[in-house]
Amino acid sequence: MQIDLLQEARRQAEICNACRYCEGYCSVFPALHRERAFADGDLTQFANLCHNCRGCYYACQYTAPHEFDLNLPKALAEVRQDSWKAMAWPRGFATLFDRSGVAIGFGLVIAFALLFALSQMLRPAAGEGFYAYMSHAVMVSIFAPAFLLPLVAVGMSLRRYWREVGGTPVHWRDLWEACLSAGRMKNLAGGHGEGCNFEDEDRFSHGRRHFHQATLYGFLLCFASTTSGTILHYGFGLEAPYGVFSLPKILGVPGGLLLCMGTAGLAWLKTKADPELGAPAVWGGEMAFVLLLFAVSATGLLLYAATGTGAVSYLLAVHLATVLTFFLLTPYSKMAHGFFRMAALTREAQVKRNQ
Amino acid sequence: MAQDPDIVVIGGGNAALCAAITAAEAGARVLILEAAPKVYRGGNSRHTRNFRCMHQGPLGPLVDSYSEEEYFSDLMKVTGGKTDEQLARLAIRTSKECLPWMESRGVRFQPSLSGTLSLARTNAFFLGGGKSLVNAYYRTADALGIAVEYEASVTHLSVDDAKVHQITYEQGGETHRLSPKAVVVASGGFQADIDWLARAWGPAARNFLIRGTPYNRGVVLADLLDQGIEQVGDPTQCHAVAIDGRAPKFDGGIVTRLDCVPFSIVVNKYAERFYDEGEDVWPKRYAIWGRLVADQPDQVGYAIIDAKSLSLFMPSVFPPIKADSIEELATELDLPPDRLRATVDQFNAACGDTSGFKPTELDGVATDGVSPPKTNWARPITEPPFYGYALRTGVTFTYLGLKVDETAQCSIGNRPVSNLWAAGETMAGSILGQGYLAGFGMTIGTVFGRIAGREAARYAN
Repeated sequence: MQIDLLQEARRQAEICNACRYCEGYCSVFPALHRERAFADGDLTQFANLCHNCRGCYYACQYTAPHEFDLNLPKALAEVRQDSWKAMAWPRGFATLFDRSGVAIGFGLVIAFALLFALSQMLRPAAGEGFYAYMSHAVMVSIFAPAFLLPLVAVGMSLRRYWREVGGTPVHWRDLWEACLSAGRMKNLAGGHGEGCNFEDEDRFSHGRRHFHQATLYGFLLCFASTTSGTILHYGFGLEAPYGVFSLPKILGVPGGLLLCMGTAGLAWLKTKADPELGAPAVWGGEMAFVLLLFAVSATGLLLYAATGTGAVSYLLAVHLATVLTFFLLTPYSKMAHGFFRMAALTREAQVKRNQ
Repeated sequence: MAQDPDIVVIGGGNAALCAAITAAEAGARVLILEAAPKVYRGGNSRHTRNFRCMHQGPLGPLVDSYSEEEYFSDLMKVTGGKTDEQLARLAIRTSKECLPWMESRGVRFQPSLSGTLSLARTNAFFLGGGKSLVNAYYRTADALGIAVEYEASVTHLSVDDAKVHQITYEQGGETHRLSPKAVVVASGGFQADIDWLARAWGPAARNFLIRGTPYNRGVVLADLLDQGIEQVGDPTQCHAVAIDGRAPKFDGGIVTRLDCVPFSIVVNKYAERFYDEGEDVWPKRYAIWGRLVADQPDQVGYAIIDAKSLSLFMPSVFPPIKADSIEELATELDLPPDRLRATVDQFNAACGDTSGFKPTELDGVATDGVSPPKTNWARPITEPPFYGYALRTGVTFTYLGLKVDETAQCSIGNRPVSNLWAAGETMAGSILGQGYLAGFGMTIGTVFGRIAGREAARYAN
């Protein structure tokens, strides 16, 4: 990891530890106040615990032009970003983090070309719905590895993370604590339950928290929809297309709508927020990721709406291209934050339990 | 504003905001003139962290009860009786209703911070500290239509026949004049004017550090006193504590405090001890050390500890100077090495049985046969590495101020000034003659800010 970023975060953490006014905002400060000196692993853990709610920045009496020049959300965002690169597996892929936006762009073009070509060249003789354009076997042979390999990469990264922050064997109670925290986005609630400071300087709002929750739960519903489809297919021999009142549709349509609204909201908020309170160099990549997730959900809904029309052949390739790009870049894009955040919350629960 | 406001509030900290909000809620058109730029708005309130509050039973973040009598007796202890009882009791009694008032205007509280458990019953901590309180009040002020001018330094109030007729202020190189119906002064003390401090205290004051805002230069205070407005408080005195000698000249705030004195020996630049470091627990003694250090040559002191004491106090913003021997430490700190060696040896030889050492209470582990003695926590300084901190005098606030009555109104001769009120640090000398009680400044600011706002609005409407 980059020494200068860690050193700057350490300098700031030492000032915070002598002040402690922000203790109630989020999980970072109680964790920070437990220590007297900060090892690299401590700083990495604080960085991944930080949800960038910015409450501490706007409350801080030592922000520039004060000579202490505190900007903890930025210092931690830089360390966080750098930690994901340092933990990336395989290591050679770490640089993708720096060019997330470009990678997403290229990924989309290549994936679209590939999927469109396949749907043209290997069009099945028979099949219903989108299986009329691409057989189930072709889809599985592309998406099963595209889903599983990134998960392996994420798993390897998390192992590195766990070692770096000094984690011990995981107890289910700690995982549950982490789920409860993430499920309610407790760390974006501001300690007083009025939300965070994001889109309008020091005004507290639930905007980011609610849009994030829409994104999170929308994503999980979509994922559940796909999983239910897989189970229906293999377990019950029920193949797509599924009716309106089938499990994949009941989960998928609201999921897609939530994901659409959540990501659109997050992208909009991001244009309002001060980029200097995050890691400015990756602003574009983060935005590209949010828009990619929006595209995943929007094209999915469009594809459903276009059922039975000629547009399906194009929309199918577009939608599958967004999904493929999303899967493949999961370990090397903003999506990684979800996994590292869960790891950090789990570690924090573990430390608290052992106190 | 197209026409002059009804009320001008001079200052932009807690007391000013409480006055402005109260007046605006009563229907007055209010303008705040804040000398600082927006990023530094809020005066010393930016650096505060809590508010001392009387309460019967748990209230908000406060546990148990804190009665008027107990609060008042705590105040009498720190001021040595130099307290205006009537105004003090007014502040104490009103503090109870302030807490919900503050909450409904956006201020949020948090449980007592780690390391400050002793205040959980008496002091309500602001979530995010004083700057977040200031931010919340500016949001509330904005919603009420209160106008705010930043970098607007008031230079003169024309007082004639016990009435303010005009306010002059400078902003962006231009001079502006306003004739509001009423004026609230809430622009703090004069501690940031080093020349004034040096005139009052003596040349030693030039070596003092100012813990808070550089904008409290006392311009309005001086202007009003020159015109005969009644004053209060010892003009030569300030509240000062010992802080880290490496702190910035201004605005170092809370992080520059050093809590290591009870576990150290403190020497002057000749490496001689000069006071009992273990006289009492630190919260009761930190305020006298500003003065003790101010009386030493070059207004500097050095706290020396060893490895076994390092984790007994809150970390400060700067890491201590560290060395493997006393001589090396002396060299690093620019102290005479042989003198420091001798002082430490002499102190160590005077230490006795340390088995009763208890860092959190008066343990009676004292020296025998050294002068000055150390009467608690006296453990020999023997375990390397050794650590040292330079100490300097950090000024919190000055006592000289405007004398007010229970309606926060100023007076001249024996008459009230019909349209002039004061709140916060600028009139705190009316209540506190000396000493300080943690969180009481914000109580005075809130209570008298609201009173001043109410009275000014009543007059203006």
